[in-house]
Amino acid sequence: MLQASRPQVLVVYTDDEPGVLTRIASLIRRRGFNIHSLTVGPTERAGLSRMTIVVDSEAPMVRQAVEHLRKLVNVLEVQQLGERPKVVRDLVLVRVAAGSEVRSEVLQLAQVFRATVVDLAEDSLVIECTGSLDKIDALVDAMRPFGILELGRTGAVAMARGTRTPSPRNAPVPLRTGTGSEAMSV
Amino acid sequence: MSQDGTHTGAQLIWESLLREGVDTVFGYPGGAILPTYDAMVGYPIRHVLVRHEQSAAHMADGYARASGRVGVVVATSGPGATNLVTGLATAMLDSTPLVAITGQVGSALLGTDAFQEVDITGITIPVTKHNYLVTGAEDIVPALREAFAVARSGRPGPVLVDITKDAQQSRATLDWEAAAPQRHRRHLPPPPDSAGLARALELIRHAKRPVILAGHGIQLAGARAEVLALAERADIPFALTLLGLGAVPATHPLSLGMMGMHGESWVNRAIQEADLLLALGMRFDDRVTGKLKAYAPNARKIHIDIDASELNKNVPVEVAIAGDLLEVLRALLPEVPVADRSSWLGTIREWRGDSAVRDIQNLPDDGHLYAAHVMHDLWRLTKGEAVVVTDVGQHQMWEAQYYKHDGERSLITSGGAGTMGFALPAAIGAKLARPEAEVWVVAGDGGFQMTFAELMTAVQEGVKVHIAIINNGYLGMVRQWQAMFYEGRYAATPILSPDFVKLAEAFGIPGQRVEARGDLAAAVARARAAAGPSLIEFKVEQEDSVYPMVPAGAALHDMIRRPSSLAETGSDSA
Ligand SMILES: Cc1ncc(C[n+]2csc(CCOP(=O)(O)OP(=O)(O)O)c2C)c(N)n1
Repeated sequence: MLQASRPQVLVVYTDDEPGVLTRIASLIRRRGFNIHSLTVGPTERAGLSRMTIVVDSEAPMVRQAVEHLRKLVNVLEVQQLGERPKVVRDLVLVRVAAGSEVRSEVLQLAQVFRATVVDLAEDSLVIECTGSLDKIDALVDAMRPFGILELGRTGAVAMARGTRTPSPRNAPVPLRTGTGSEAMSV
Repeated sequence: MSQDGTHTGAQLIWESLLREGVDTVFGYPGGAILPTYDAMVGYPIRHVLVRHEQSAAHMADGYARASGRVGVVVATSGPGATNLVTGLATAMLDSTPLVAITGQVGSALLGTDAFQEVDITGITIPVTKHNYLVTGAEDIVPALREAFAVARSGRPGPVLVDITKDAQQSRATLDWEAAAPQRHRRHLPPPPDSAGLARALELIRHAKRPVILAGHGIQLAGARAEVLALAERADIPFALTLLGLGAVPATHPLSLGMMGMHGESWVNRAIQEADLLLALGMRFDDRVTGKLKAYAPNARKIHIDIDASELNKNVPVEVAIAGDLLEVLRALLPEVPVADRSSWLGTIREWRGDSAVRDIQNLPDDGHLYAAHVMHDLWRLTKGEAVVVTDVGQHQMWEAQYYKHDGERSLITSGGAGTMGFALPAAIGAKLARPEAEVWVVAGDGGFQMTFAELMTAVQEGVKVHIAIINNGYLGMVRQWQAMFYEGRYAATPILSPDFVKLAEAFGIPGQRVEARGDLAAAVARARAAAGPSLIEFKVEQEDSVYPMVPAGAALHDMIRRPSSLAETGSDSA
């Protein structure tokens, strides 16, 4: 969970190529950052992946990490969202112990958070919720007294607010190396 | 994988190297790279067979540093590839452009722990600028073209291309144009920012006690003339980093000499008392700054470097300009005001005179042979025109202090990594890159024993390098630290050596031993007259230390100076 230190949100555009995640994770590890979360997925453009990296660190250190990330051959662009208005979303699946005596209470609470129930069993139910990191933390705290049996979070996906399209304008240049069928994506 | 195509993958490797202008590669064969070795026959590229792959990487490194071209290494999979790691790290830390080509097991075997399979791309991520795993012949040319472009561009560095055996064996069509590299352009430095330039000019204009910090980036950018023009126009003295030695001439009137841990005291003092530091292509490594909190406290700082991640990394600066040094200086120069700073230069000259009293060259001759004497005499005898390749340790610092490098690319040394065993192989590479140059190896008895098998490579290839072993019977630099900071407990630093003269003879080369300064010149003359490689062992004072010295963690001006009597040690501030 997040500590008092302010999380820094980075958006990194990379080639969709094997090994890119390792390179980025390795660079961040070497510089001694704690990665709070790192999510990655395809973008609107083929061959281009987008990562959201949330790190807990001091701003100057993060600036350094950004400069190092920018040097990686596979990195097209790094945006440091910093103080900019942004949307940061995380998704959680949480299995809560919910026998008949507390079930309605759990359901009510879930409603407060606009969470949805996606699975129902005799003694438990699975709740899905999307929202800011704080909101998800609050939901998890609210469910804790009932007994959390299982919890899975995706980590943050972030985007700056406003009309500007942030994806890099220069298109990714494919270089087909090691993209055999056995190679995993990113 | 297509079986039709104009070339096999192995041929595509050599075709690509030819088109990249490669005439020499350093390597060692093995099963996974065998198709490539087989295809080599018939290509006009010289292959230098090393005795250990680490040396192949150092040779390519020396080749690249001496010439400014990209060095190339070829090795097999598994242990062949892992043996390159030290050489790649060395090149990475000193920004040497290198391309390493390694064979890999067949792509069907990848990930199965097959014979001689190691994940060399995984292993070398932190010690390369970039690396590639190529599993198809059609990918070889694009990967190699990009590898060369990445190695050369921006801040140069090593790149590894791992190619599976089946990719070397199958066929593809050679389409050089279609494989033109693109992605490295993403990282080319922006044109110099004009606000930064204006601010830099203003600081230069107002400075009373400025110092230029000249680094390796000057040689990499080919900006020697521009740096000199700037220094002369604005009358600013320059201090050099270890890797900056040779970037601007040591005998230039504005040259102060080396800065940092073993820099001269007047140089460090000038930096500490400067009101402006103009850092050019250097990176404020801990060996040059000493304690950061106490570093040049009154100086405003301008830092120009091609690598933006170096700006404000260790030392916060007033003006940070990311860019190609040559371009930045060309933009800056016409605006730099002509100045006369004779009073500041006079002050530094006074400090210099005070220090010279403690210079070992000026102490009465006590009959012992000191390494500093060897370096000084070597400088005189070669008229400062040799390319000197040093190993790592005390001799490296003495070389830097006493051999005055005027020429560009005339000192080749492992600065960032401090890799022992570097000198002999790197010198072989340097000599192959610049056959007309006189190349000297300066190595310690310890480091020389790490890679001396390459003597045979020098012999087999007919490479005339002169080897000076500074034998003090110790891992001297570590012994010095034990003497100064560990109450003289010499744990694991006394080192026994073979009879180096006989050793040389075993390799079929002339060997000589020098124990008195009077015999030095004749020995050097004989070495220079030899047809091929030759070796001189200098038996020097065993417990001599490198002075002055900034102890690790101390402020730059807080130096330990050479005691006036060589027996005593003591500390005082410069
Ligand atoms: C590969 C490697 N191992 C260990 C070291 C640590 N080290 C730095 S200097 C030094 C001593 C070098 O001794 P020698 O080669 O005899 O040279 P000298 O200092 O005596 O001139 C050592 C062991 C190193 N730099 N590189």
